[in-house]
Amino acid sequence: MASHLLLLVTFSFFVSLIFAVLTKDEVRDQLRFGALLFGGFVLSAIVLGWLMYPIPF
Amino acid sequence: MRATAAEETQTGSLVLLALASWAVPGAGHLWLGRRSKGLVFLVALPAMFALGLALKGRLFSFDLSDPLAALAACANFGIGLIYFAAGAFSQGAGNVRAVTYEYGNAFLIVSGLLNLLVVIDATDIAKGRK
Repeated sequence: MASHLLLLVTFSFFVSLIFAVLTKDEVRDQLRFGALLFGGFVLSAIVLGWLMYPIPF
Repeated sequence: MRATAAEETQTGSLVLLALASWAVPGAGHLWLGRRSKGLVFLVALPAMFALGLALKGRLFSFDLSDPLAALAACANFGIGLIYFAAGAFSQGAGNVRAVTYEYGNAFLIVSGLLNLLVVIDATDIAKGRK
């Protein structure tokens, strides 16, 4: 299991799950907030990764 | 139901609740009758910790000469009894050469910190703040 993307997605899943369950009480709210967090984590990591791509160090 | 839980929980049992919640992730929520939340924490946090160990992450020791390592050790300690269980089974030595080493550390540290948030949430519920 050395895929960086898979590990990033797995990490994002766990953190989003815990935060969603911690902060929201209704299942629907948890699903919505968890999905938003998860998408935000993955998207921002990919965007930051591409932004850093041209940096030579 | 929330008001009843707050009324019934006294200071002594609040400390016990916090300790139980720290020792076993989700135990505090299960104690307070928040079964679904407690079960999610009970499964997800140890799974995250175990994944960190499987990824060759390291459980840091309390070495005050290296402040960052000491902070990481505090975060690791947050996961509760599993921290000691991992040490008893000689897990968490870490392999700095493994490509997944830093990921493993991230999983181990964050699972401990998230469990500390879960402890705070459980005590807030018990106090009637939530």
